[in-house]
This record gives sequence, C-alpha cells and structure tokens, in this order.
Amino acid sequence: MISGEEIGIILLSLKVALWSVAISVPFGLAAAHVLARRDFWGKSLFDALVHLPLVLPPVVVGYWLLLLFGRRGPLGAFLEEWFGIAVAFRWSGAAIASAIMSFPLMVRAMRLSMEAIDPKLEAAAQTLGAGRLGVLLTITLPLAMPGILTGMLLAFARSLGEFGATITFVSNIPGETQTLPLAIYALWQVPGGESAAQRLCVLSLILSLAALLFSEALVRRANRRIKGYDAVRRN
Amino acid sequence: MLSVEINHEQGDFSLDAVFECGAGVTALFGRSGAGKSSLVNAIAGLIRPRKGHVVFDGETLFDSAHGIHVRAGKRRFGYVFQEGRLFPHFTVQQNLVYSHWFDRALYSASDFAHVVELLGIGELLQRRPAQLSGGEKQRVAIGRALLAKPRLLLLDEPLASLDAERKHEILRYLRLLRDETRIPMIYVSHAVEEVLELADQVVLLASGRVVASGSVEAVMGRPDLRPSSGVFEGGAVIETHVIGIDLEDGLATLGFDGGTLTVGNFDAQAGERVRVRIRAREVSIALVPPQQISIQNILRGRIAAIDEARSGRVTVMIAVGAAMLRSGITRRSARQLALVPGMDVYALIKAISLDRHSG
Repeated sequence: MISGEEIGIILLSLKVALWSVAISVPFGLAAAHVLARRDFWGKSLFDALVHLPLVLPPVVVGYWLLLLFGRRGPLGAFLEEWFGIAVAFRWSGAAIASAIMSFPLMVRAMRLSMEAIDPKLEAAAQTLGAGRLGVLLTITLPLAMPGILTGMLLAFARSLGEFGATITFVSNIPGETQTLPLAIYALWQVPGGESAAQRLCVLSLILSLAALLFSEALVRRANRRIKGYDAVRRN
Repeated sequence: MLSVEINHEQGDFSLDAVFECGAGVTALFGRSGAGKSSLVNAIAGLIRPRKGHVVFDGETLFDSAHGIHVRAGKRRFGYVFQEGRLFPHFTVQQNLVYSHWFDRALYSASDFAHVVELLGIGELLQRRPAQLSGGEKQRVAIGRALLAKPRLLLLDEPLASLDAERKHEILRYLRLLRDETRIPMIYVSHAVEEVLELADQVVLLASGRVVASGSVEAVMGRPDLRPSSGVFEGGAVIETHVIGIDLEDGLATLGFDGGTLTVGNFDAQAGERVRVRIRAREVSIALVPPQQISIQNILRGRIAAIDEARSGRVTVMIAVGAAMLRSGITRRSARQLALVPGMDVYALIKAISLDRHSG
C-alpha cells in the first residue's frame, strides 16, 4: 500500500523533525523563562530576535544558514574541523533549519504557560529552602509542562512542513534531505508525478493530524497531573 | 532576638519601620495598606529593601551597608501565606515534605508524625490541594512551614480568606502551636480579636511606620492609637486565666490581678489563659457597692485619671489591682458623682457584655 520509497521519506521527515525539536528545546526553555520571568535592558530587542524567523522570508534564513554553516562558513568550518560534522546538504542541516524556523512557535507556547504560573508559588518554594534551580525544577517546569509539551509538538508539526529554509540550505537530495514537502515539490515538477504527489499530500495530512491529536492527549494528561482535575478547556 | 530596620520604597509607598521582638507571638498589626506584608516579605528575604538591616539571634541576614542579603531559603524562617500557596501539582504529603528535598537533614519521621497529628491532617495526605477546603489548605500550609524546622514563623494574615467557622478552627491550631512549640512567631493581622487571642506583643503599623509597640494590653487599650489600630471602641484588655466553668448557667469565672470576672457564653477550659477586652461603654461606676442588682461583676478600684472625650463624654481610668479598666460615662454623670482622681469607686460590668472575642 505504501511504497518503500514513501516509508523512507516519512522516516527521514520524522527524524529531521525529532532532532529539530531536540536541538531547540533547551534554548526554547531558556528563552521562554528569560522572557517570562526576567526584566532587563533590551528585552524587547531579544523578544524581536526570537520572533524573527516568523516574519523573515524562509529563503533568507536558509541563505544565511548556508553562509554560516557552509564548508567555508565560520561555523561550518569549525564544526568540520573539530567534530568532523558537516551539516550543509545533510539531513542534520535540515534539522537545524527546521529548529530555527519553528523556534518562535515553541518559545511562545512555553512562555505563555510560564507567565501563567503564580510567582507567589515560586516565592513560597524559596521560603522552604529552594534555590533558583530548585524552584525551576520543582515548581516552574512541572507547572508549565502542558505549555512545554504544546510548544514541542507545535515545533514538531512545523518542522514536518518546513520547506523554504530547508531547500535553500540543504537542497533537495533524495534519501538525505528530501523530507515530505520537498518530495511533494519534486514530484510536482516531473510530468506524471501528480498522483504520487497526491499520495504524499494525504500521508502528510495524516501525519500532522496524528501529531496534533497526540499533543492534545498529552497536554490533557499533564493538566490532570498538575491540577488534579481536567483543565484543558479552561481557556 | 529579631531586630529589624527596613527602609524600602515601592511605587509611591514608602516603608520605614524599626522594631525588635522576642520570644512568643508578636502581632504586626495595622489596617490594610499599612505595609505589613512588605515588612514581612523583607524579613523573610523575599524582597530586598533599599536600606536597613535584619538580624536574628546575632546572625545578620540583611545589611544594606555591608551588602549582605541571605536568600529566603537560607534564613530558616517558616512562612504561612494568606492564601496557603500549596503546590497544586503535589499531594499534601509531598507539599509537607517539600523542604526536605533541599535539606535532607531536616527529615525526621517522628517530626512528620507529630506535625500531622498536631494539625489533624492524617486523612488528607494523599489528596491534592484542589480537593481541600480552605481550612484544610491552611492547616497543611502551617504543617509545611513547621516541617522546615523554622527558627521563626511568619504568618501573613493566615485567616483572612476563611469564613468565621474556619477562622475559629485555625485559631485553635495556632494557639496549640504557640503553647506547644517554642518557635517565636510574627503574626500579621488587621483583626483585633486575632491579636487579642494570640499575641504577646504588638507592633502597630500605620502608613509604613511603626506607631507603637509593646505588650498587647498597653498598645491595644490606648485610645490615642485608635485611628491606626482601628479599635474605635475604647476599652481595656485584661490578661486572665480561667478559674472555673459553670456549665449549668453557661458562665465562666476568670481570675486576674485585681479580682475575678464572671462572664457568659464563653468557650474555654479551666486553667486556660485568655484575654478579655472590656469596652469602656460597658463599664458603669458606683460610689457604694450596689445591692439587689443583676450585674455580676462589681470590682473595687481607684480612679487613676479622667480623660475628657468628645461630645459630653469622659473616659474614667480605674485601677483594679494591676489592671486598668476604662469606663465611658457622660460628663454629667462624672459631675453628679463628683469623680476625681484618687477616689475609690466600684466598677460594674454585666456578665453578658463580655465574651471571648469581644473585639
């Protein structure tokens, strides 16, 4: 029913999207926490930088990534020389591109859930002996968990659909960087590829829908755990 | 024991408070907006004041001059908040032992069992905060603070969000706590009856400044402090102990330095220490001991002073033993009886005019 080629494309897309989320979660949590709980000079500039991938043309992001991570680019040369990792025109590059493009969505969801936590609870934790890290690990992160999960899944779904920055940065190489949207685009370009492209479109729809339903179930579970009752529909 | 000098500004509110307090319960008393919570937060280390110092048992916890600011978690002060602030994602048991995660040395199974028993929360251990009533939440919050083995317990209006019945319930536990543990407490409140019930000393706060401090009897009875204390009804506060209870008539006999008082409708146990507030308007004066009269309390005393009050009224201060009663009578009565300081008189108080929380 599903050809081996199609399975290969799906698995590659999932790999790229999973790694993209894995790369961006630590930075996303840090950025969300800073934006939710700190006040500092230049905060609005930092906020704007975080949101930049949302408004910048994806081609621009891909092009800059190529300049930065290409063989001759400063970061690309460094990674190659010290770790033997090349990211340009590799699936790992696709993961980086997706991570950057989905970053604002992830941070937004995480930040909102952290801002919703009553700072008084964190103060109470402090009086009971918790330091900054203790408060973060025992109060802030567990209470923000529904938002953190939402952010991760939004980023995952966004990564599955990433096109512009990816094709600019790592090109469209079957088996290496050709994720679902890139494969659909490639099939569309060849005569008689429409029906194959159609099949991938349907697969893409199923995958995204599954991701959303899964996220909904996870968030509901997390909410039950932290509040002792079902509060998903509260908003 | 605790020495505090806090100078802090928050918006256009400025806090400039100096006080010291020792063992027992110190009430931080004042109307809302007087700066009580900010002051307690500064003592707890939750806010860093602009200037001043906080010294506990010789240990400097905050000193602006030397840049010392010990963080809240290291002060070993327990804090019970108005809204309880239980962690919603933990069970009651996990809330109670929260402090132990950060200091293993605090853990003691017998302490845990003792606190659980003292507060009667054994049934609730596996529940989530969302499943608790207001009173239960507050009991768990008190237990959580106690299990951190605090050197000082800060209570910020712990009864304010409870209904009257729950208030009584928690007050009972707080009295138990005061008498059983030797932990000094700072009790923030704007309710006179809570202060009379619990406190040994009062620090009266108004507009961010300490207006008066001292024993409960001295501060709460002062008529000149009424605008700050909110005690508009003039009266005297007397320290007593319960001598006996007459269940049949529903009366209690209270002994104090100066005699005994018979009071009605009183929920107390023999031997218990209680404070009663006698409103000035409930005290009449006679020159000879009246006979065939319904009044149960006839106390012999000597007039210490007569204060002119407003609109034809005077306040007569009557020393009965070591206690000082106040009697509010009309100027005409004072003239007709020819009252002058130094005169021996009889103070008459109806038994039913006194009850435990006569704020």
